[in-house]
Order: sequence, then structure tokens, then C-alpha cells
Amino acid sequence: MSVANYFETMEYGPAPEADGEARAWLARHDATFGHFIAGKFVAPHAGEHLTTSEPATGKTLARIAQGAAADVEAAVNAARTAQTAWAKLGGHGRARHLYALARMLQRHARLFAVLEAIDNGKPIRETRDLDVPLAARHFYYHAGWAQLQEREFADQVPVGVIGQIIPWNFPLLMLAWKIAPALAAGNTVVLKPAEFTSLTALLFAELSAEAGLPPGVLNVITGDGATGALLVENPGVDKIAFTGSTEVGRLIRQATAGTGKSLTLELGGKSPFIVFDDADIDGAVEGVVDAIWFNQGQVCCAGSRLLLQEGIAETFRRRLIRRMETLRVGMPLDKAIDMGAVVAPVQLERIKSLVETGVKEGAEKYQASGAIPAEGCFYPPTLLWNVHPSSTVATEEIFGPVLVAMTFRTPDEAVMLANNTRYGLAASVWSETIGLALDIAPKLLAGVVWVNATNLFDASVGFGGYRESGFGREGGREGMYEYLKPRAWSGRKARAKASPLPTAAGASTGFDVPPIDRTAKLFVGGKQVRPDGNYSRAVLSPKGRRLGEAGEGNRKDIRNAVAAARSAEGWARATAHNRAQILYYLAENLSARGDEFARRIADMTGVTGAKARTEVDASIERLFSYGAWADKFEGSIHAPPLRGVALAMHEPIGVVGVACPDEAPLLGFISLVAPLIAMGNRVVAVPSERHPLAATDFYQVLETSDVPGGVVNIVTGDRDDLVKVLAEHDDVDALWAFGSQEASTAAERLSIGNLKRTLVDHGLALDWYDRATSEGPILLRHAVQVKNIWIPYGD
Amino acid sequence: MTQSVFIQNPSPLAMQTPAPGGEHPHAIPRNSGRALEMDWVDDIRINLSAAERRVASLPGRRTVKKDAQAAWLLKAITCIDLTTLNGDDTTERVKRLCAKAKAPVRSDVIEKLGFAGRDLHTGAVCVYHRFVATAVEALDGTGIPVAAVSTGFPAGLVPHDVKLKEIEASVRDGAQEIDIVITREHVLTGDWRALYAEVRDFRAACGNAHIKTILATGDLKTLRNVAKASMVCMMAGADFIKTSTGKEGVNATLPVTLAMLRMIRVYQERTGYKIGFKPAGGISTAKDVLNYQFLMKEELGRDWLEPDLFRIGASSLLADIERQLEHHVTGHYSAFNRHPVG
Repeated sequence: MSVANYFETMEYGPAPEADGEARAWLARHDATFGHFIAGKFVAPHAGEHLTTSEPATGKTLARIAQGAAADVEAAVNAARTAQTAWAKLGGHGRARHLYALARMLQRHARLFAVLEAIDNGKPIRETRDLDVPLAARHFYYHAGWAQLQEREFADQVPVGVIGQIIPWNFPLLMLAWKIAPALAAGNTVVLKPAEFTSLTALLFAELSAEAGLPPGVLNVITGDGATGALLVENPGVDKIAFTGSTEVGRLIRQATAGTGKSLTLELGGKSPFIVFDDADIDGAVEGVVDAIWFNQGQVCCAGSRLLLQEGIAETFRRRLIRRMETLRVGMPLDKAIDMGAVVAPVQLERIKSLVETGVKEGAEKYQASGAIPAEGCFYPPTLLWNVHPSSTVATEEIFGPVLVAMTFRTPDEAVMLANNTRYGLAASVWSETIGLALDIAPKLLAGVVWVNATNLFDASVGFGGYRESGFGREGGREGMYEYLKPRAWSGRKARAKASPLPTAAGASTGFDVPPIDRTAKLFVGGKQVRPDGNYSRAVLSPKGRRLGEAGEGNRKDIRNAVAAARSAEGWARATAHNRAQILYYLAENLSARGDEFARRIADMTGVTGAKARTEVDASIERLFSYGAWADKFEGSIHAPPLRGVALAMHEPIGVVGVACPDEAPLLGFISLVAPLIAMGNRVVAVPSERHPLAATDFYQVLETSDVPGGVVNIVTGDRDDLVKVLAEHDDVDALWAFGSQEASTAAERLSIGNLKRTLVDHGLALDWYDRATSEGPILLRHAVQVKNIWIPYGD
Repeated sequence: MTQSVFIQNPSPLAMQTPAPGGEHPHAIPRNSGRALEMDWVDDIRINLSAAERRVASLPGRRTVKKDAQAAWLLKAITCIDLTTLNGDDTTERVKRLCAKAKAPVRSDVIEKLGFAGRDLHTGAVCVYHRFVATAVEALDGTGIPVAAVSTGFPAGLVPHDVKLKEIEASVRDGAQEIDIVITREHVLTGDWRALYAEVRDFRAACGNAHIKTILATGDLKTLRNVAKASMVCMMAGADFIKTSTGKEGVNATLPVTLAMLRMIRVYQERTGYKIGFKPAGGISTAKDVLNYQFLMKEELGRDWLEPDLFRIGASSLLADIERQLEHHVTGHYSAFNRHPVG
């Protein structure tokens, strides 16, 4: 077109970004790459390669190595070898390296941006303005944590060798999110990028070595899911950090169960985008563009479920459809587009088929009428209107540029619909009424909530999910803990093997007047109840004397206890002051009956009276301690680079199952239950299997201390069996299993139904009397989940 | 709840059509104004952070290169209200400005752009009342309208009847466009009825001349104030809404523009009338003006890139555009002294 033509039409015309440098880099490598191990590229052991192609054109871009067991082994060994020296380098030394990596990213910003756009299909605008600058920001920010580590994380040590598996939607950015905190904390890394998009990771590894990162600190192995599985299974890996689909997350949880590997999972979502009738409608329409038409909708936290208050739904629909008409879909390197290509044909097919299903199920489909390139993996911005919560497209993550819309009537209903999902990654709330917005945000079960905004990210603000969106946080102080472990726990030894159960002796006292029979019951919903099966088990002293009987809890008792705990939700909303008062009151009432509890412990365990009294005193003090923490283990305020704040709130996880160890039957029970209830969780506790009566005696203390019914539920019985029931219960949000390796393994392996958070001891014994090991933040951190509420402001 | 204040439509306005003379080639039906509808004011919500994000990301989403860029810049020239509003203005100074308005780009550059023989001129010349007659005479036969700033520009604090007389005098002298300033106090105190009544009177005084209502957005401070004032002015019969006098501490900005464009869109949805937009002050580079053009096209559409719906109040912008156009045709970076001044 000539100047005169453009003058008439006022079209934008082509604006291509040059790709010469990126192509030259590929050519320098003959478009064929090995793994990056111990500071250099090495050919794959078995000589196998995969091809990776350009989504926008379908053309082959390069060949990448397919990692086999020997490659993974070599990478893990390199990381292991480097880890000691890397940790010994100290915080300042690592800070210098991370700083250098940040600078390196900035020096090569355009090369990374162009290569990413070619390889992934996303617009150069996004890689240039978001992915690459944010990646650099993560290295700067975490250089800071490395610098401060010895002071701020003095009680923590690095985890060791970290296996990291990242997805294709933000290849470089996810690399940064993963490796920056891991390296800062003194770990070394084996990273497995997605097979569709491995190139920026390889470029990063190469340039890191040039920037002086020591060999073995960062290793990159490429390949498909099989390579990832090899990394997960490798016994030399201390932790797996995974971002990807919930389905694969479950497999990884299963594979790592019982191995002692720690795990963080950042999984899928179906995040709600809630617009109230007092919102800035046009602002919210732009928010939708950022929510679902950012990165072609291939964003785990994409605001993909639009919830509109009924009164504005029609206006919103009209304005949104108008806005869709101005979206431009085109080649990723065109600087005047809003959306590029979907990553691969398989994804395109999935999107098409889900949209078809949505339409079959009654949705009205709107698609932008603008042209999209005929070749390549392109899909237009799409709105599915008139979708109901029961539709497939309302529950399934589409992972494409497809928004589904539905309506609500009241704020309560908005919250109900928003939370009516298995996921809990993110949510967006639009209202110009501060009281409404700030009331809704805490009620949304999501790890990130944006008020009048969407898809804001920063290294200083933790990101991660609730529920089946995974666990763990990336970014912020909360993210650093994912790559550290308590120094106090690093010296734990395997629990001594329990002595064999004694043989029951006769209970007769002859013709003396017997003591009045006292039957321990289960404690469910604030009431003493008989076990569902109506079976009991004898509780014996070490010498075999019959001390009493405890109920033999079963599946149904757990079911009832979980239901009671679920309905005690008011506890989560009680003020921290109120919870503190109750914990102090528990201590007071336990103290009043201290001698009785000491006798009970001595009888059950055979320890001396003095030792038993020590356990009671320690339990009283522990309750006091959590009374103190209840209103002091607070969240924090992050300062991301925007006019506004991000509130990192400590929220209770919900209903938590707790299996208690046999040692210290009272103190162990209190040490696990108290931090949970202090933070507003409700507990279903399985006391020490062998010595359950201290816990069942304790329900009378609970009854006299104003603890609302359902907050603490006690089910006695076979610990390992009950742990399995708890682990498989999809309405249990977290499970703490202490006492045996078997219980630990079962808890982790069976938790996959709803991907509950687990805290297990792997059969390693804790010293319950040692505060550093078993009291305070070391457990409180596991008793909360961090929700970050972003509040940009201004008028 | 509807809180409409019915004020009889001044009947002469409703039927008016653009004045002859070719300055409104697309014959956009003229806004008749309408009764003040308080609901249309009260329901306005605008979130500053969201507005800022929108305008911040736009330059990354839209760009024009090469021939397209030259065309967009030429189009921008046709939308410039070439302006001089200084205490030291003189008749000769105004004549010089008018000469530049008629021939805004060096003829050899125009030729190389393939625009030889086309009548390319600025959107208007904008002056104080004192120089209206001079400008009208200097531009006679060119089709370039003269715009007069009025109503006690820039502060707008002279008596109301004096304001009306000033408008009438400028219209008598041949001004086809009147840029009025609103009384900021009405906005700052939320007295929308007073604002409506004032602008309605100005509109009546303008007769056939088009009225641009200057909101002085830098004084209004919040986007909410800006959006509400925009809506009231349109209901009162504004043909254009304009950001600034150029004399406030902060003049045209992209977030303020976004707020005003959204109100134009809502007003069109509700009444069918297309209202023009004029940012003024602070737009001095080709890069700046392109961002405004992108916002116009994205938020309102193609029609709003033409001078009957888009004007740019600027004095130094043209010189930068000329340099860019020369660079486009020669491949060399240009200098200001290579282009004749206005």
C-alpha cells in the first residue's frame, strides 16, 4: 500500500520485529542441541533428538536432545557435585552470581524476546515487555535474598539438588521463577523445560556459563514427559518443583510419595473474574482482555470464568463483543498484534473440541471477526455466553483464548460460584466500592486475588494455588521457604522401633469396690460419641495392665468428623484474639488437671511420675505458646513495583487431618493440634494409637474451654488405617502424618484425589520437648496458606 | 432511580446542520444536546489504575512503520488546530501562523510522499478573539476554519454575560469554532446542573459555530470528575470535548483521553451522536500524536481519525512531524531549521 492508500484506510500495516540474531544463534548451533550439563553442551547419551517447531508457521526450528536415564543421572551428579561448593560460597557470593544473571538477561533482552516469540508463538510485545523484564526482575529480587540469607533465614539450610520441570506457556519466565529462588538459597538445579519450548532455557544456560555461573549449578536436560519422569524418579534429587497440568502433578505426587523428596506443584486453574454492578465496566472489559487474551489464554491463572452481576450482564456483553472486534491476531513477531499463535496443533485441537462441546451444551459463541493467519496454530478470541456452572466448559481448563460467562445475583452468590471449582489459583474482583471488594477477596479460595486488576506478577509477591491448583509459593519471602529446610529438622533420626505390644493381664481387683467404669469415646462435633462400628480396643500399660478401652474408629467416624470440622467454618472467621483466649483457657484447664494427666501418661507409657509431669507442663506451655502466636503469626505487605500494595495474608488451610505419634502422647498431640487451631483450621486428630487416653481425656478439657464444636475432633483407632481414610477424603484440605514411615507414605501417595497439602515425618523422630524443633513458625508455616491480594489504588 | 432534570431543548440547536464551507466534509449529524440525565452522571465509574494499564500497554500493541507511519502523520496534520495563545501575539504573528496552516509541509517532501496537488492543510487555526478577523481574512478561500478560544479563556472566571458576549463577538467576526472553558468550580463542587446550564447557554450563543468544551482536566484532577464533566457537556450540546487550555499544570494525558473517549462512546450508544475529541497541550512529538491516534482508533473507531471528530491543539507538534516526514522520504534524520516556521 502507498502512503495515499494508508491515508485513506488508516490501517496499521506490517511492523515486523527482526529475527536475524535469533536465527544466527540457532545456526551457530546447527539448530541441534545437546543437554547442558556441568557447564557445557553434551550430546545425548543415546543420541536421540526431538524436533521443535515454530507454532506460527509449522516449520521446524531445531532439534533438541531427548533425555534418557544416563543423561538425567549425569545432570543430577553434576548438580550434586556442585552443590556443596555453591552453598559454601555464601549468600554474598551467590548474590553476585544472581545479579550477574539478571544483568545478562538485560544485556540479551531482545535476543531472548525474539527467540521466545518464535519458539512459543506468543507476541513479541509480551516477550519483550513482560516475560523478559519479569525474568530479570526475579534474578535481581532473589540476588537480594541470597545477600540477606544468613541473616533472614539463619535457621534454614538449602534443600540440596532440585529437579524442576516447567511448562511451555512462559518458558523463560518459569525458568526464572524456578531457578532464581533455588539458586539463591544455595541449591543446585536440574531443569527440564517443556519439549515444545526448550530453546530459551538452552540459550539461558549457555549465557549463564559465559556470565561465570560455575559448572553444575544449573543443568538443563531436554526431552519429553519420559525425561521428566526420569528426573522425578531419580534418587539423587532432593526436591521436585513442577509447574504444569494437574493431571501430571498428581502423577508426580504419587511418584515421590514416601521418598522424602519435597514437592511444590503449580497446577491448573479455572480462575473467576468477578464483575459487580458498581465496577468500572470499561476497565473490567480491558481486564478481561488481559485475563484471557494474554498469551492466547495459555495462562494457568487466566481469568477464564467471567461472573457478571445480572444487572450489568447485558451491557458488559455488548461492550466486550465490541472490544473483541479490535483485537488483532497475527504473526508473533508483528509488533502491532494482541495475540499470536497457540503453542502446538495438539493444543489447537483441544481448544476447538472444547468450544464445540460448549456450544453443544448450549453456549452462544462469539468470535472476533478480524482476520487470523490461515496457516499455523491460530485461534480467534472467543466468548462463550450463556454458560452454566454445570457445563463442561465452565469446569474444564481450556487453556486457550476462550472465556465462559455466567451471571450472579448477590455478593454471596458470586463467592459461591467463584469457589465452585476444584481449583484455586487466582481470582479477580472488580468493584469501585472498597468495602465490597475487600470483603470478597478473603472469601475467595485462591492463592492470588487481584482487585480491579488481573494477571499482575512480581518477584516480591508469592504466587501459587489453593486446592487442586497445587501447593507451594513462588516469589516473596514465602517462596524462599520452598527451597530451604529447617536446620532443626536436618539431624532427625529414624524413630526407634516400638517395643512389642504387651500381653493383656487380667483386670480383676477381686472383691474390692472397683473404680467407676470410664469409657473413652470419640469426640466429634463437640460431642462424645460412640464409634460407628461399636468396637473398642484395649489400652494397656507397658506391663499389660488394662487401663481402659478406646473406640475403634472407622471410615464413617472419619467421615462424620470431617463433616463436623467442615461445618465449624466459623472458627476460621473468629478473631485471632478470640482464638488466643481459647488456647490460653485450654492451658488453664489442662493445668488444673495436671496431676491426673501426668498419672495417665505414666500409666500408659511407663515413664516416671516426674517425667510424665514434665510432659504435662511442656504441653501447658505449648498451648500458651500458640495462644501467643495466634494473633502474632501475621501476614505481610509486599511492595511490588506499582502504585498499590499486595497483602500476603495467612489464611487457614481448612480441615486438617492429624495423625499423632506414640511418643509423648499428650505433648505430641498438643504440638500438632495447637498450631493448626491457632491459625483457624479445624482438626480431625487421630491420637497415639498405643496411648490414646491422654487425648481422649483431653476432650473434657476442650469441652470446658469454650472450644466450639467441630474445631477439634478426635477419632481413636488404627492410625495407619485412619490415615489412609483421611488421605483419600476429598474434603480434607491437608494432612499431617507423624509417627511412622508407613503413615507418611500413605498420606502422600493417597493425597492425590484433591491434592491436599501434606506434612509428614517420614518416620523420623522429632524431639517434642525441643522448641526449636517442634514449636512456633516451623509448624505454623505449614498451618497456613498464603493468599496474596493485590490492591492497586489511585483516583 | 431516574433523576432527570428536564430543561427544554433550545429549539434552534436541534435542527442545526453544519455550516456550509466544506469544513465538515463527512457531515456528521450535529449533537442536538439533550435534557440533563443525572443517572448518566451518577453511574460513572472509572478506575485510575485500570485506565493507566490500558494506555500503558497500547504503544506496545499498536505501531505503524514506514508508509503507514507517514500516512498517519499526514493525517495528524489535518487534525491539528494550529494554535497561538500568547500574551505577545500580534496580527503579523497570526498571519504567519495562517500561512503555515495552509502549507504545513515543505512541497518537495509532499511531492515525494505522492501528495502533490492534494489540498493538505491543518484542521484549523486557533487564536484569541482579538485575532479572529485577521485569521479569517488570511484563510479566506482555503476552507480552513478559525477557532476562537472564548469565555474568559483560560480561567473562565469572567461574568457569564461577558462570556456569552465574547462568543457572539467571535462568531460575528467569522469564527466557525468556539473553544469555551467551563467553570471548574461547578465540577469541583459537583454542581452538574450549573455546568449543564452554563454550557447550554454557550452552545446557544455559538449558533452555527461548533463548540468545543475545554474541561481543563488538569484542574479537575480525578478521572471521575473528567468523565462526569464530559458527559454533562455532551448532554448540554458540545460538538467536541477538549482536555485542556494548555495553561494548566498538567495538560492532555492518555489516561484522561481514555476517560473522555469512553464517555463519547457511551453518549453515542445512548443518543446516536458522534462527539469529537480534542487533546491539547503537551503533544509535541510525532511519537506522542501516534499514541493518541491509536487510542482514537481502538476506542472509538476509524471515523475518529478525521478532523471532523478529532483535533489536536498544538503549536510545536507540526515541526516534529515535518522532520519525521523528511526522514521518511530521504532516509536522513532531519533538523528543525530545514522546515519553515509558522
